[in-house]
Amino acid sequence: MKPTNIKNPDYFHKVVDCQWACPAHTPVPEYIRLITEKRYSDAYMINWHSNVFPGILGRTCDRPCEPACRRGRVEEEPVAICRLKRVAADYKSDIRDRLPTIPKKKNGRHIALIGAGPASLTVARDLLPLGYEITLFEKDHLSGGAMRTQIPRFRLPSEVLEEELHYILDMGINCRFGEEITSMKALLHEGFDAVFVGTGAPLGKRLELPGFEEAEANIHTGIEWLANVAFEHISSIGKKVIVLGGGNTAMDCCRTSKRLGGEQVTVTVRSGFDEMKASPWEIEDATNEDIPIVNFHVPKRYILKDGKLSGMEFQKVEKEYDSDGKRLLVPTGEDPVIIPCDDVLCAIGQENSFPWIERDLGIEFDQWELPILNKDTFQSTHEKIFFGGDSALGPDNIITAVAHGHDAALSIHLICQNQDINDRPVPLTRLNSQKMGIHQWSYENDISSDVRYAVPHAQKEKTLNDLNLEVELGFDEELAFNETMRCLNCDVQTVFSDKLCIECDACVDICPTDCITFTGNSEEQTLRKNLLAPAKNSDQDIYVSDILETGRIMAKNEDLCLHCGLCAERCPTSAWDMQKYLFNTAKAENACQN
Amino acid sequence: MSYIRKPKFQHPDLQTNDLGFTRRDYEGTLTTLCGGCGHDSISAAIIQAAAEMSLEPHRVAKISGIGCSSKIPSYFLSKSHGFNSVHGRMPSVATGANLANKNLHYVGISGDGDSASIGLGQFCHIVRRRINMLYIVANNGTYGLTKGQLSATADLGSKTKAGDESLYDNIDMATLAIELGASFVARSFSGDKQQLIPLIQAGLTHKGFAFIDVVSPCVTFNNTDFSTHGYKNTWENYVSLGQIDFVPMQKEITTSYAAGKDKEITLHDGSVIHLHKAGKNYDPSNKENAIHHINTHKKNGEIATGLLYINQSTSDFHELQDTVDKSFNELSFHDLCPGNESLQDINHTFK
Repeated sequence: MKPTNIKNPDYFHKVVDCQWACPAHTPVPEYIRLITEKRYSDAYMINWHSNVFPGILGRTCDRPCEPACRRGRVEEEPVAICRLKRVAADYKSDIRDRLPTIPKKKNGRHIALIGAGPASLTVARDLLPLGYEITLFEKDHLSGGAMRTQIPRFRLPSEVLEEELHYILDMGINCRFGEEITSMKALLHEGFDAVFVGTGAPLGKRLELPGFEEAEANIHTGIEWLANVAFEHISSIGKKVIVLGGGNTAMDCCRTSKRLGGEQVTVTVRSGFDEMKASPWEIEDATNEDIPIVNFHVPKRYILKDGKLSGMEFQKVEKEYDSDGKRLLVPTGEDPVIIPCDDVLCAIGQENSFPWIERDLGIEFDQWELPILNKDTFQSTHEKIFFGGDSALGPDNIITAVAHGHDAALSIHLICQNQDINDRPVPLTRLNSQKMGIHQWSYENDISSDVRYAVPHAQKEKTLNDLNLEVELGFDEELAFNETMRCLNCDVQTVFSDKLCIECDACVDICPTDCITFTGNSEEQTLRKNLLAPAKNSDQDIYVSDILETGRIMAKNEDLCLHCGLCAERCPTSAWDMQKYLFNTAKAENACQN
Repeated sequence: MSYIRKPKFQHPDLQTNDLGFTRRDYEGTLTTLCGGCGHDSISAAIIQAAAEMSLEPHRVAKISGIGCSSKIPSYFLSKSHGFNSVHGRMPSVATGANLANKNLHYVGISGDGDSASIGLGQFCHIVRRRINMLYIVANNGTYGLTKGQLSATADLGSKTKAGDESLYDNIDMATLAIELGASFVARSFSGDKQQLIPLIQAGLTHKGFAFIDVVSPCVTFNNTDFSTHGYKNTWENYVSLGQIDFVPMQKEITTSYAAGKDKEITLHDGSVIHLHKAGKNYDPSNKENAIHHINTHKKNGEIATGLLYINQSTSDFHELQDTVDKSFNELSFHDLCPGNESLQDINHTFK
């Protein structure tokens, strides 16, 4: 193998698994260390710059970082990254004086944002400090988008939502709320320099089975129903409720039903539990509220009694694989199952919908009615029109919408400054030694072997009776401290200098996870097998040095490195050093500095 | 020394041995030797060797004298018996322990000061007495613990870090051991675990006195360009008898080697040492040849390593003394004090 080029900004970034997995590339270990030091406001601001909604995401994020966490590869559970983010938000002091100042003198460019969800607000956050004038259109009277309408208040209290929305709204946005855009053509006539579409995936589906028309009054679309609950248009539901679907919306629907008078709430899923799309912790929360989830039940028809919905019939199926390995759901032949119900909530997916965009404007759409976009710039086939969030690539999550917002804001800034939209600024990186003295590092390398700490919950008797009472209490400071000590500090990199190495094997002997090998060089597949412990995880790189004096190379498997720094502590010549790698994606403010 | 504990986390694919232990279970406390000390690699090699052989930790006794080398037993097999004895007196304690319980694996760890200077007499006698043990000398050619004076194994012309030149020829521990009747003599290098680990395994299995002289550089006081015991000089002048593999008795069936390509040495319990490459043409059963081999390389400034000498036909201490089959510590009061009647029988034989 060729010597690893550690100057490539992606190389060490990839070692920080959580940050690499985060769509917005939040510097996770950096903010976790700040929480350890009780520097909550500092931790909050690192999050705020990367993901814009730390308090909201600390409660609701899909957490792509956690399955990626290295801790999950050396023991059972990853660090509770998401809930530590909430700690930063819960314990911070007033941070308003740390927010960017908005120039009074505008730069003469005017941007329209459609939909006041996380993607649009991120664009606003990135562009307002640069002097842009922003007009935000929202069909509802309140901002927040899916964060407000699809996430129940018992998971995301309104004060947290309002606080973080207002950090941006208070920057001076021209809000045109309650104004639904019905024609893109008309909007373009208003003369905006760029238009950002962040309208989400607003179209829910209802399952049309026999009996649907008669029972329609009691068959609801999950996301619409949740939005109506959020806007207090709906405050009750029947005693018996069936929720169709196995995603996070289904979990929110069933838990909300339970708080609005649903006594027998059942979730039914077509496939097996292992194929459910909902996050495991959301399934767990629903189960903790005594909501049964039945799998392998395919809905067949709505049953009516006296012209009103009284139940649903399901066919029981089981999983089989055909000769191509495709998963099939085959009826078991058992009698159909009938579950009585007063209401049915359909949480079986949502779609994008752009009936208001005329098709002769130069904005092209694909076969799934999604806009054709450049995936790096989020520019549509119309030079001035950008898409982000669910409306860009289909339903996803808040953190992805934020990441889109950052990229789109950068693109808008580049075109407004007449720069090449494809000439993206390089990420901001820094690599600094953490050595403070002999065997002293500026980070805590004596990592805790504790198992993951659970977040305390409020009493079920209370939360089930109050739609707005938050279920999770969040970590207290002591629990948070203990949980932070589980972080392996993967951003503190093991940096190797081949010129200094005397090949004494001290690092090899001390490494707790057998990461380091000195061996003859070969091509990657062979080398992976020849290491002290074979490197089977091909997603993780091998850090290879130049040829050493004995003709061998140093090969380090990044997969299971604990970043404990013992290699550097035992190294007599400081050929190993622990260096902190800070990585931040370039945002609009980092472009066009000249 | 490091101030943190070694994290408990280990490689998830780390293999367990026949006893269900991983290599990590054979570790000792975290080393307090200087970072880069060859002695730590010797600990690591012993840990690996013991784990691969599925040694029961409670059936091992580790004994040492004084010096940096003699700290090593703290850093491996923390569940084994241990005795850190007086300077140069490890052989006496090892002899006593072996006399009392011949059923343990004895690992003696010493250094060039402990065995070639203050304890040289003791060393000579334990070799001569053929105690069944593995005796390892961690040889760095310097007195590291007293800040780097020349030791008795420093080669003629080698210099200390301060610039003092060795005016005397060195004591070659391997040659000495062969001369004095050791039945297993090897030399290795802390930096070459591929060679050191099978040698340790073979030495632990060998019945009789097994000796390994391990060049183990002192990174703090004797790792200069003008020292013959530093990493650089050792790597450059290292002459190996080729790859060596140790196949424990119970593993023999599952491992296949091309017949005739290697030299095989079968030990008393059925374990096999495979010697590849240069080793297959070398006759390790010939004492004179072994000494000649060592001296020839020494003349060229080279360090001859590998299994230099083995003789499986000699008897160990207990056989020579014709001791009882049971180990002494298992003898009961009645065995040791059989009563007046037995005394009378014995007395009768002198009449």
